[in-house]
Amino acid sequence: MKNNILNENSLAEIRQILSAVCDPEIPVLTIADLGILREVKIVDETVEITITPTYSGCPAMDMINMNIRLALIKHGYKHIEIKSILSPAWTTDWMTESGKEKLKAYGIAPPGKTLTRSEPGLFASAEAMQCPLCNSWHTKLVSQFGSTTCKALYQCEDCREPFDYFKCH
Amino acid sequence: MNISNAINIKQSPDDATSSRYLQSENREALLLHLGDTTLILSQRNSAWCGHGPILEQDIAITNISLDLLGQARNFYQYAAKIINEANVRNSATVETANTGVDLKEVSEDALAYLRTEREFKNLLLVEQPNGDWGQTILRQYLFSQLQYLLYEQLQQSSDKQLAAIAEKAIKEVAYHIRWSSEWVIRLGDGTPESHTRMQNALGELWPYTGEFFMPAEYESKASIGFELGSLKQLWLEKVTQIFDAATLPSPKSMHATFMQTGGKTGNHSEQLGFILAEMQYLQRTYPNSFW
Repeated sequence: MKNNILNENSLAEIRQILSAVCDPEIPVLTIADLGILREVKIVDETVEITITPTYSGCPAMDMINMNIRLALIKHGYKHIEIKSILSPAWTTDWMTESGKEKLKAYGIAPPGKTLTRSEPGLFASAEAMQCPLCNSWHTKLVSQFGSTTCKALYQCEDCREPFDYFKCH
Repeated sequence: MNISNAINIKQSPDDATSSRYLQSENREALLLHLGDTTLILSQRNSAWCGHGPILEQDIAITNISLDLLGQARNFYQYAAKIINEANVRNSATVETANTGVDLKEVSEDALAYLRTEREFKNLLLVEQPNGDWGQTILRQYLFSQLQYLLYEQLQQSSDKQLAAIAEKAIKEVAYHIRWSSEWVIRLGDGTPESHTRMQNALGELWPYTGEFFMPAEYESKASIGFELGSLKQLWLEKVTQIFDAATLPSPKSMHATFMQTGGKTGNHSEQLGFILAEMQYLQRTYPNSFW
């Protein structure tokens, strides 16, 4: 049993296992890419994982929770505790650079840095958005809300394709 | 299961600890008030699913609904934890404490599905009918503007979990304010028809805003760290700005409106019973079912 030999090497192995756990809504992103995996620890005989939700109502959290558990059980880990914390509140700044590249390749415009973003007046657009399909900057915001809580809906004025934008949050 | 018994914290026979129970009782009521308000507005907004004026706005209002539901769950989970801890302290001598099985353990679902309308502490505003799109929008705006100012204060709370829930939620509320403000302006300053509808919605909803700033006893006693009434001026200023841009009557001109109260203490308009009848139907009819 794995639990008898939990050590520093296990920690590396656990991280390796978790790197295969993806967001069910955006399957190209792992939970580490997304920045919602906050901590991996071994306390006595227990693997302690800390995650944080993207948005309060994100319905993917329960499934992510279960997928973490299943992945670890499959590799022989028995005692698993998954904690969810709210503070510090998740921000898209925690998304990895490789995660942003994977998003773009998947057809979703990745979030910019929150610091470079100013709060625009009402009816003004928050930031220039590049079409992830044809790379044109000639795009328009259709809605601040999209197919999941973390996305907004845009349309490209050149290639005419609608696309999702992973909101800077 | 008599959930009311499970939820109410019994009087402690020990005088020395009674102030601690009082503290947790007020905190529990405050959390239920915050949870109920977000849950009921979420329930109301979700009725637009599949009925929004256009697909993108249907998605917007249901996204807001989902955010509010998530916030409600955070409040209920925390309230359930406080209630269960208090019950364990109070019933330390009861046999169930030794069996390891506490049949009366309260869950977030019990709080949402098994309380009656007199036990709900939501603001009266959020239980008002959806009406037309304008009325739904205005209700959302009036609440989001309050929610932002309120959570700005709550995130400074010495209660770490309450502060964390507020810190998380306020980022979502920022989207809700922006979206609903734009719609209030678009409709108020739109066609004669849309302007009239917004004005009617305002007449309908304004009487439910006075309650926002009148603290219930549990709000005063839960030591939230600020005076609820102190938010009123700022809220009025923000609302005035948006109403001016929307060519709607200024709040000043409505200062003599009779304000409805009671939601925070469980005295609701007739609307809430209908909402709960629908929302709680499944749990009431098939107790303990889950999916």
